[in-house]
Amino acid sequence: MTPSTTAKWDEFMEGIWKQNPIFVMVLGMCPALAVTVSAVNAISMGIATTFVLTCSCLLVSLMRKMVPKEVRIATYIVIIATFVTAVDYFIQAISLALYDALGAFIQLIVVNCIILGRAEAHASRNPPLVAVSNALGMGAGFTIGLFALGSVREILGNGTLFGFSLFGEHFQPWVIMVLPPGGFFVLGAWLLLFAWFERRKQAIKEAGQHA
Amino acid sequence: MSAKHPTTEQAPPATPTWAMIRTLGLVAGICGLVIVGSYQGTYDAVAANKRIAMERAVFKVVPAARSINAYYALEGGGVAKAEGEAPAGAVNFFAGYDETGKLVGVAAEGVAKGYADAVRIMFGYDPDCGCVRNIGVVAMRETPGIGDKIAKDKEFLANFEKLDAQLNAGMSALAHEIVTVKHGSKTDAWQVDAIAGATITSRAVGRAINDAAQALLPKLVPHLDKIKDKS
Amino acid sequence: MHETAFQIFINTLLANNFVLAMFLGLCPFLGVSGKLNTAFPMGVATTFVMLVASLCAYGLNMLLSAFHLEFLRLIAYIVIIASTVQLVEMVMKKYSPALFRALGIYLPLITTNCAVLGVALFQTARDYDFVQSITFAIGGGLGFTLALVLMASVRERLQLSNVITLAEGTALSLMLAGILSLSFMGFAGLGG
Repeated sequence: MTPSTTAKWDEFMEGIWKQNPIFVMVLGMCPALAVTVSAVNAISMGIATTFVLTCSCLLVSLMRKMVPKEVRIATYIVIIATFVTAVDYFIQAISLALYDALGAFIQLIVVNCIILGRAEAHASRNPPLVAVSNALGMGAGFTIGLFALGSVREILGNGTLFGFSLFGEHFQPWVIMVLPPGGFFVLGAWLLLFAWFERRKQAIKEAGQHA
Repeated sequence: MSAKHPTTEQAPPATPTWAMIRTLGLVAGICGLVIVGSYQGTYDAVAANKRIAMERAVFKVVPAARSINAYYALEGGGVAKAEGEAPAGAVNFFAGYDETGKLVGVAAEGVAKGYADAVRIMFGYDPDCGCVRNIGVVAMRETPGIGDKIAKDKEFLANFEKLDAQLNAGMSALAHEIVTVKHGSKTDAWQVDAIAGATITSRAVGRAINDAAQALLPKLVPHLDKIKDKS
Repeated sequence: MHETAFQIFINTLLANNFVLAMFLGLCPFLGVSGKLNTAFPMGVATTFVMLVASLCAYGLNMLLSAFHLEFLRLIAYIVIIASTVQLVEMVMKKYSPALFRALGIYLPLITTNCAVLGVALFQTARDYDFVQSITFAIGGGLGFTLALVLMASVRERLQLSNVITLAEGTALSLMLAGILSLSFMGFAGLGG
């Protein structure tokens, strides 16, 4: 790989692992908890957010030299709202059932702090290709995070994954997992798991230094 | 949600006003193009999707139907084909016809507040017996495993095999209000037996059907012969 | 579907609490709920902005519907919310400096609080009339305040207790929010 593609690859991986919006930065919680009652919903929401994020970052990055800083927030918000409106129509055209399941949370992508945060902190300072790789990485990281929540909640709360039954009909679903409290519990559990991993990694590193 | 907001700006060099206006104008132009483009581009697909979803719901509650016409039941009585904007006070309904073009049932949508959000119910009305025959859930956000039983629970759906919805002698309202009663206490043909443990959602179903039937049937039933045959 | 103003108020305040049942406004809920004396002003400021936003959205929606411009709704709402927040900030600074000192720092944060946009979007989706919209906004705002204050009180006590270090921080807050949300489920059906 040439140095420039490696740099873009790093930008991409940044969002997936080191700065994962859900597990590390804990941003964009509202859609993350509200729509993750099933794996399909979670992935659809992730893709919709990634689309908005990438398009907005591309446009912001292209216009970065001509946006005066007094009006930058207004500009970014208008750009983001535009792409969210577009996504809203695309989803209606693809599947009404999906549109009903995601409900108002499609339009609420506008106020997802990941998008405004990325536009402001990254896309407005970097050339288009770098900005897009970073946005794609963030979007992918967000989608993975949503999928991690959605699949766990669907398996425990409904006994299915992507609508396919996993345990046969004698499974007594743990209904609370698809209800609002379940969202908080599952995300809390994931965060605990990540904290534990982090600590173990640290411990192993320290043990290595001592030896 | 919070965002990083510009709270600290140390003595910025004055930006000329025309630059701000130019940028905002350009952004507005681009955004306008994107929005109008996606609206126009998806308009047909969205309309088709909505029609298919509606038809599927109607065929479910009027299983004998082979084709559907949409109508308005007008405020002062009478019916008109559903075209363009609905006149004030009109109620939207669907008439289902069999292969020979004979009316086999009427379908309409009712909505009531359930446990979490609105519960939208499509119900089929059989003009021959003056009763509600089938129901289908159009949209709901009820608790999985509890409230959402209204869509599948066989015992509950048995309420709607022949739910009495006759009009009173003056044809001004239903002879008996459709009400949901506690599980196991149904005595009359116009009562809906609630699901044990999901009374709120069951009550919403009863109320949705009652409200919609009270609004539609007094306007429609005296004029049923106008839609008897498919036009 | 007709809901009385009272039903809407009770439902949005308790049974369908914005934070604990509908997951709106989680960022400030997790971010500002550390201390009781910041949580309460934040809640009050949000309620105020929600009310103003709801009024603006109601008028704006009538205007957009009259011209059949529904596809501009989202963009119009977000712009009007952002600008009213700024306007409120300026008016408050001029006429009531004391109030501004108490609530001022929270106002910019509220622009992108999804509960505020949520109020505007939900009242449109549910076809609420004027009175219903106002009660919806007030109920939602007070519900947000209630959740924030409850959470802050629990977290203040928690600082004095022994917690596994692994769970400290967001993970613990989320578990707490889960338990609060579980108890709020008991209010279901209260508003009929």
